Amino acid sequence: MTAYEKLRIARTTGRPTGRAYIDSLFTEQVFLHGDRRYGEDGAILGGIGYLERLPVTFLAIEKGQDLQDRLARNFGCPKPEGYRKALRLMKQAEKFGRPVLCFVDTLGAFCGADAEERGQGLAIAENLLEMAGLTVPILTTVIGEGGSGGALALGVADRVYMLENAVYSVISPEGCASILWKDSAKVEQAADCLHITAEDMLRFGVAEAVFPETFDRFPQMCEQIKNRYLQDLSELLSKPIGQMLEERYQRFRKIGIFTENGEA
Amino acid sequence: MKFLTNLLSKLSGKDEAPLICKSCKTEIPAKVARKNDYLCSSCGKYLRFGGRRRIQWIADEKTFQEISPNLSSQDFLQFPNYAQKLWEAENTTGEKDAVVCGTAKIKGNPCVIFAMEPDFIMASMGSVVGEKITRAFEYALEHQLPVLGFTASGGARMQEGIVSLMQMAKVSAAVRRHSDAGNLYLTVLTDPTTGGVTASFAMQGDIILAEPGALVGFAGRRVVEQTTGSNLPKDFQRSEFLLQHGFVDEIVSRSKLKETIALLLRMHNREVRI
Ligand SMILES: [Zn+2]
Repeated sequence: MTAYEKLRIARTTGRPTGRAYIDSLFTEQVFLHGDRRYGEDGAILGGIGYLERLPVTFLAIEKGQDLQDRLARNFGCPKPEGYRKALRLMKQAEKFGRPVLCFVDTLGAFCGADAEERGQGLAIAENLLEMAGLTVPILTTVIGEGGSGGALALGVADRVYMLENAVYSVISPEGCASILWKDSAKVEQAADCLHITAEDMLRFGVAEAVFPETFDRFPQMCEQIKNRYLQDLSELLSKPIGQMLEERYQRFRKIGIFTENGEA
Repeated sequence: MKFLTNLLSKLSGKDEAPLICKSCKTEIPAKVARKNDYLCSSCGKYLRFGGRRRIQWIADEKTFQEISPNLSSQDFLQFPNYAQKLWEAENTTGEKDAVVCGTAKIKGNPCVIFAMEPDFIMASMGSVVGEKITRAFEYALEHQLPVLGFTASGGARMQEGIVSLMQMAKVSAAVRRHSDAGNLYLTVLTDPTTGGVTASFAMQGDIILAEPGALVGFAGRRVVEQTTGSNLPKDFQRSEFLLQHGFVDEIVSRSKLKETIALLLRMHNREVRI
């Protein structure tokens, strides 16, 4: 399958969105709202629930179900208040020693004038900085689209998982095509050039595992995902915090391809 | 001509290539520009200038020592035209990539310094920029030095795909460690600072200064206009706009920049105690 075909699948409406994973993976959920600074952003769902017997904080970028819901959630393009809500709940999780589980599905951070006025760049930058040092385990799963900085703002994690047809990209293939070829119709070519598939993420050390998509047996699929989370969490929770943070640091530290004095 | 200026630059240790004002298109000799704090001698507007010149201008004479000068980008995705873009950028700027890093003194105050090169593929951040800035922070942490960073960037370098996006996380993690050890990070936002650099280390300074009129934002103006569907105010995403909205500490003119930086570095000198 080509990268473009995967991109189309990742964007299909009717594909399970963040809410479906929350409902399937966590029991007794309590949803928490607002950034306590400016407002509430429906593009990011957050709250506390049980993963088996373990209380966890969940954060999910939610594109919405029907048109009305999608409008209310800004089609899953978060604004600064969404990222600040996510950060607030991450710090809360840290205080109470709860692991953080993030679900990413976004075309990217919202590009409106209001988002710029309220510091979209700063909001993302602060999440990157804080997640790098958060003293509880962070697991991030890209369930659909992982669009640029707006996805990375929930992606500085100890483990990153990709769904089989999920994509993760530095820029939307449309944006890339219009910048490079002044032709947004060359999306297919751009998607290919950008290397956005789950296999690419494994190859570049951006993700640790790929989850197969068996949406027709969604509860069973989530059961397998849950088992993987529990396995990785018990491994992470058994480590001294300093070691976990050092490994998180190295996880990103080693990403980069260049030559020095002509040698790779 | 290019050969001659290159030779002159080598001999004097200073970049002798003339500058061209983006506003009035006047060509300004390097010497004149230096003397005039890189303001256009014809129209008075701020000139855009590269990282190495920037450091020569702000640092005390003969104090700059470069960190990791020999890193080069690789076209590891075989991305259309990337190899050629790199080659052209290296030829026009004389730099291997879009950032220059090292140690220097500002009016006697030691620091680690980095400055980005707007003419190198729009100072976009790929593996080399990410690696060099990360090393600069690691060096600063090891030696308990403050970091002074001049940002300018078109964002992440899409020709390096997801690897370029991850540089935002990599640098942020290094900033965090440096910060946790109580060290100062001072950023100066210069024209233009956008995209993934704004959404990472440009906005992570303890103190954030900006040059007057510098374009600073996350999304590009045209994209915002398309999304918002209306005309934006003239000063949208300019440093004055950011100051008004609470995102920069101060706007400092070039004539005052060196003394302001020196003062802030002195105030954070960790060896001074009553
Ligand atoms: Zn001029």
